[in-house]
Amino acid sequence: MVEIAPDTDAAVRGIADGSTVLIGGFGAAGQPYALIDALRRGGAGDLTVVNNNAGNGTTGLAALLATGRVRRIICSFPRQVDSFVFEELYRAGRIELEVAPQGNLAERIRAAGAGIGAFYTPTGAGTMLAEGKETRVIGGREHVLEYPIHADVALIRAHTADHAGNLVYRKTGRNFGPIMATAARLTVAEVTRVVPVGGIDPEAVVTPGIFVDRVVVTP
Amino acid sequence: MTVEHADRGPLDRDELARLVAGDIPRKSFVNLGIGQPTAVADHFGPDSDVVLHTENGMLGMGPMAHGDDVDPDLVNAGKIPVTELPGAAYFDHALSFAMMRGGHLDVCVLGAFQVAADGTLANWHTGAPDAIPAVGGAMDLAVGAKDVFVMMSLFDRNGTPKLVPECAYPVTGLRCVSRVYTDRAVFHLTGDGVRVTETFGTTLAELRARLDVPLL
Repeated sequence: MVEIAPDTDAAVRGIADGSTVLIGGFGAAGQPYALIDALRRGGAGDLTVVNNNAGNGTTGLAALLATGRVRRIICSFPRQVDSFVFEELYRAGRIELEVAPQGNLAERIRAAGAGIGAFYTPTGAGTMLAEGKETRVIGGREHVLEYPIHADVALIRAHTADHAGNLVYRKTGRNFGPIMATAARLTVAEVTRVVPVGGIDPEAVVTPGIFVDRVVVTP
Repeated sequence: MTVEHADRGPLDRDELARLVAGDIPRKSFVNLGIGQPTAVADHFGPDSDVVLHTENGMLGMGPMAHGDDVDPDLVNAGKIPVTELPGAAYFDHALSFAMMRGGHLDVCVLGAFQVAADGTLANWHTGAPDAIPAVGGAMDLAVGAKDVFVMMSLFDRNGTPKLVPECAYPVTGLRCVSRVYTDRAVFHLTGDGVRVTETFGTTLAELRARLDVPLL
């Protein structure tokens, strides 16, 4: 059953050194700023972080990176005008980078949550990002074998939760939330509000509560 | 047959965007990537019924948002605030990229460093040792959309052609581009070779002299 945590520190308790952490968001949209701040305060280190980007400005994911406690980041687009925190760490050799095509990144997360052992995709075939990977020609087209990304923790932002842990998102803030929620042993969602059971139309639920362990309300 | 407009200069960015918009069939599902190609959206007619896809998870994307319409939860692939049109839909990243990979997207328009005559695209990485690699959705779009249009200048700042026999930069996708729209000419990459359909401020003969790619 889902736990409604009293605050964000309680919501992220127990995250161990060496964890792989999926962090939702596409730039600022859907980024769980309050949970990332709590993870930073909690002091866990040697982390592997999975996000589409590598932080913007000096807040949220960028502030977490600045602590030096992220050993490795897996993302599709780390190079943005305001990703200077990541850039400095990367150029100083203080963070490892794995770049994945955005759709492969999403599908690898989805595959982890769906119990798929690996999958063949045409995306990336014949490119630098397929080097060293198994390939197979399927239907006359080269495909690359990609493996799932399993995680210890997923930190996501949704809009509304009910007391059963069902989630509804808001606009393009949804992005990685629904797939990341399925792919971690511990999924924590920060939301704008929590409503009683029955307060979300079952037809409108995007992430069913089975995938959600903790919910915390943040502004 | 090549239509030559030799009595004018090359197309400016706005004219190029209008040209691309005019070639996208009505009622298409279209992705305009990030940067320069997004300007194509300004040139669809009111009855074009084109539906814009943005890979961060939306169909039915409207124009850029200004003032009170700016919503941090509603952005395009370039993270620029946008609006939603009636009939819009939101979805997660896995479904968004399934739309590409599954062949449901009619057209995407991308920028490029180089395009090879066989349609191989290079647009994600200069390959410079100090460059931070960042691919985003470019590789997924390149292999996924039914038609991949490239929009770029034909020559770089040094006057070197960007339509080439073989890409020197790290590639994004193999044999995926069907048309290349440039300030100097429009190229259709066909199974028979590269066909020039229109020129601007130049002629087919001049292009033959300046490009290393054989032109039909």
